[in-house]
Amino acid sequence: MIFEDEPVPGYPLPILPGHTSPGRFERVLRAGQFAVTTEMAPPDSADPEEVYHRARIFDGYVDAINATDGSGANCHMSSVAVCALLTRVGYAPVMQISCRDKNRIAIQGDILGGAAMGVCNILCLTGDGVQAGDHPQALPVFDLDSMSLLETARTMRDEHRFLSGRKLTYAPRVLLGAAENPFALPVEWRAERLAKKIAAGAQFIQTQYCYDVPLLKAFMRRIGDLGLLEKVFILVGVGPLRSAKAAEWMRTHVPGLHIPDAIIARMAGAADAAREGRNLCVELIQEIRTVPGVSGIHVMAYRQEDSVPEIIQRSGVLGGRIPWYPGRDPQRNSDRLAS
Amino acid sequence: MYSVRLWSVRHARGLNSFYRGFERALTALHPLFKVIGYQRLERPVAALERSVKGLLFDCRMCGQCILSSTGMSCPMNCPKNLRNGPCGGVRANGNCEVRPDMKCVWHLAVAGSARIPGGLEALSHVQPPVDRRLSGRSSWLRVVRERVGEHA
Repeated sequence: MIFEDEPVPGYPLPILPGHTSPGRFERVLRAGQFAVTTEMAPPDSADPEEVYHRARIFDGYVDAINATDGSGANCHMSSVAVCALLTRVGYAPVMQISCRDKNRIAIQGDILGGAAMGVCNILCLTGDGVQAGDHPQALPVFDLDSMSLLETARTMRDEHRFLSGRKLTYAPRVLLGAAENPFALPVEWRAERLAKKIAAGAQFIQTQYCYDVPLLKAFMRRIGDLGLLEKVFILVGVGPLRSAKAAEWMRTHVPGLHIPDAIIARMAGAADAAREGRNLCVELIQEIRTVPGVSGIHVMAYRQEDSVPEIIQRSGVLGGRIPWYPGRDPQRNSDRLAS
Repeated sequence: MYSVRLWSVRHARGLNSFYRGFERALTALHPLFKVIGYQRLERPVAALERSVKGLLFDCRMCGQCILSSTGMSCPMNCPKNLRNGPCGGVRANGNCEVRPDMKCVWHLAVAGSARIPGGLEALSHVQPPVDRRLSGRSSWLRVVRERVGEHA
């Protein structure tokens, strides 16, 4: 979709009535389009070109790119910095904030700073424990949890103040998101947890990898029963598996990841496992799309980012729609700059 | 102690009703506390609270107890200090992501809350961030002063 009021890259869109951010991602969601987001692994590098290179892979296929915040408790370029680089050229990043590494003073500073640089979407996370990453000797902060982080960000946005009560002269205009894992214990309380996140301020949800559609359907039904579907946009996490061995490794090592045995067996039986993984991902996306209440997908393809365009293309979920990317509308941009 | 902590969650209902009575009794003692002085009571009461709740719940003395809202499973035993429900990393056997040999504090909290009348409703309230200044102080005395409308 092309917005008539599409700004020059790096400039904010006008905020429409009922919207909380000047972001393209919120526009797509509220227009009822099936949204596609993905996740970028930030580089272990101080070279901005590495960030742009990684973002360009997704050009024309995604509505927003998540900039992870030390995901898996591994050290990388910060999400604030990745977002600063991405917004400079007009991309719509989702700035992830984890409670693991920063206290409430640093986090609120990042929310203001991110918004000032054009970040329109923030994903509030608890974060993986430090034991999962490459610096297990680090201090786990966890001053806030994902729920109080959401409430903090919402307070800043809607009440124009810090947690301390001190006034903001200009509030961050952001769409607030949270994560949910419908597949982890206690499964029966996951929908209630989501309700709590919505009460704390979550407007969109990106879920953990989904390899079990029946479980997802049960979760979505419960969400519907609780009357939450009108209050939140749910993007379901998907991703290609590389091999049966990799899948086995992931389910034992990635916290909260649930992969049914049937999926592992299917991967093990394939001649070209990586190809089978992509096929499976496409099938999952197509099935997930039909689940009532699902607003989009969140494709996480760690170290397989190159496969994301192919997977999205083959899944057909964009239906011919071309999400914005720098250089999509060269003529319009030069006209607007001239006028 | 871990095994006692598990016992406490299993007996969440009884412990919760006991605490309610205990809280009423403490509140009734407010005039006496006031005479003695809350400042002077702080250390001995905190020490008593630490030993009783330490035994029953592995209490960490956060100073702002919410055990009645968490099914008698102390959230400060969660390695991520989560006060609002489990993270997404709970293992398939119900154990903690960070400490694989320990039951997820929040998995227990949901089970414990189901045993307390109105417990699941209490679990649904969003808890504010922890006030780190209260660490080590008595939650009991604080509750009494709150109930009688005094600032702790």
